Amino acid sequence: MIAEQSHITDIKTPDRSQESSFGKKIKKSIRIKERIIKYFFAVNGAMALVFIILIFVFLFKEGFKALEHIGFLDFIYLDQVQADGSVKRVYEWYPTSAEARYSLVPLILGTLLTAIPGTIISTIFGVAAGIYLSEVANPKLKEFLKPMIELFAGIPTVVLGFIMLAVGASFFNDLLNPVNRLNAFIASLGLSFVIIPIIASLTEDALHSIPNDLRMASYGLGATKWQTIRHVILPAAFSGVSASIILGFGRAIGETMIVLMASGNAANITANIFESVRTMTATIAAEMGEVSQGSDHYYALFFIGIVLFTITFFLNLIAEIVISKMRKKNTF
Amino acid sequence: MKEVKISVNNFDLYYGEKQALKNISIEIPAKKVTAFIGPSGCGKSTFLRVLNRMNDLIDHVKIQGEVLIEGVNIYDKQIDVVNLRKRIGMVFQKSNLFPKTIYENLIYGLKINGIRDKKVLDETAEKTLKQAALWNEVYDRLHEPALSLSGGQQQRLCIARALAVEPEIVLMDEPASALDPLSTAKIEELIHELKTKYTIVIVTHNMQQAARVSDQTAFFYLGELIEYDKTSKIFTNPTKKQTEDYVTGRFG
Repeated sequence: MIAEQSHITDIKTPDRSQESSFGKKIKKSIRIKERIIKYFFAVNGAMALVFIILIFVFLFKEGFKALEHIGFLDFIYLDQVQADGSVKRVYEWYPTSAEARYSLVPLILGTLLTAIPGTIISTIFGVAAGIYLSEVANPKLKEFLKPMIELFAGIPTVVLGFIMLAVGASFFNDLLNPVNRLNAFIASLGLSFVIIPIIASLTEDALHSIPNDLRMASYGLGATKWQTIRHVILPAAFSGVSASIILGFGRAIGETMIVLMASGNAANITANIFESVRTMTATIAAEMGEVSQGSDHYYALFFIGIVLFTITFFLNLIAEIVISKMRKKNTF
Repeated sequence: MKEVKISVNNFDLYYGEKQALKNISIEIPAKKVTAFIGPSGCGKSTFLRVLNRMNDLIDHVKIQGEVLIEGVNIYDKQIDVVNLRKRIGMVFQKSNLFPKTIYENLIYGLKINGIRDKKVLDETAEKTLKQAALWNEVYDRLHEPALSLSGGQQQRLCIARALAVEPEIVLMDEPASALDPLSTAKIEELIHELKTKYTIVIVTHNMQQAARVSDQTAFFYLGELIEYDKTSKIFTNPTKKQTEDYVTGRFG
């Protein structure tokens, strides 16, 4: 015990008043540049979020004023008094007529009549393209084709709208003799140009994320390539493929330029795909520039914005949930 | 040696420029367990996949030589790989069950062969589960997800799935390497029982396992078949120095 104590006193306690050279070297330094960079990125990140929130707030603030000015039921129908005194219920979008009518029904139907067929066409071609890229094409060809397809999604939509308007519409006018030259069908074909690449690319991602072990298991049991795709790969990637379709549908609903140019823009209530229709997006785009600020019409357009925003928000949310579920499922 | 099931003559395999298998010749007996042993990268797994042409699925693979199964060269142009793989079951290192139910996994091989008869499917499912000694553990939850089983059960289900198509040969690529000792013991016991009906080729890292389960053992090193003999001979009295060094644990 005593010996140990004497041993301890042998050790020199370092003089704390005077810093050793090692102590100096490892002392905290300020690194101003690091800090500036850190705050620069933090501010930028925050800005993006702030802008989104501001847009959100502005949209809802202006849109909900529509409910004060116009009333919720007026967005569905208007009971119009006829010349003979009878009342007729109309579902029309005539915001600039003497007796303004603000029914969103024709616009919502128009949106669905372009977005749903567009999504169906795109699903067929997009999923097929995704399967080809992931399972059939050799790696070199895939390396070339996938960026090409994704590039396709980057073509300005006004160009696609123009092509459908000028070339596509005439071609199908001669071929199918539709009710109107510009119609929902032409618009949905135009939409497919944008949505096929989205679905193809995301489907490829989903199929590619399926572990190779499963393909080996299937081939090992004597399955053909098509049987493997049909019974193993596609079911395993089902949620991912569904998510790609939902995202494509969301894009179809939100797409503006193509439908504005190719759908004919008549707010008809119809289920006939060969008639002209008018979508929610095209209505905002076409009318917002000419409306007087603060008028009922102005607020009505904002209300359409809310409806659109809500629909696409929830579609994206569902797709996001489905995709994250897929990721969890595939980590085995 | 008794009836020869697989006979390989002067077989070479290249991955691009690299030669992975060098002049392999071997005769694998029917209804016996043949083990391939050797250090990592020695070509034993590659050679296993030669036997059911699984290497066809890899790009840039070139082969030379012949693999005869019951006298027929499986690399002949007239051979349909899909039909070939139906005759040769395969069990992989990691259980690779489909994300489906236990039952659907079992009948997958039959379904892709166009068998839809519920009675046949049910009978096969039960029969193969019993063969794989799994029936007592899962009979009451056949329609639950296969991935809810334990690791050892999953691997035995993989074996059952391979047996459902009634293959003649079963290839196993380190089937127990990812399992605990208890599950490993069950798989080894299963292999013992299966050899009465099937020709089994098993690749293993584990020399004790090879010694326990196999009748014949082949030692591979750097793409070459160094020695091939009765298992007892390989482990007690090998001819080649390299074999002796490996089985006594001096390298590998």
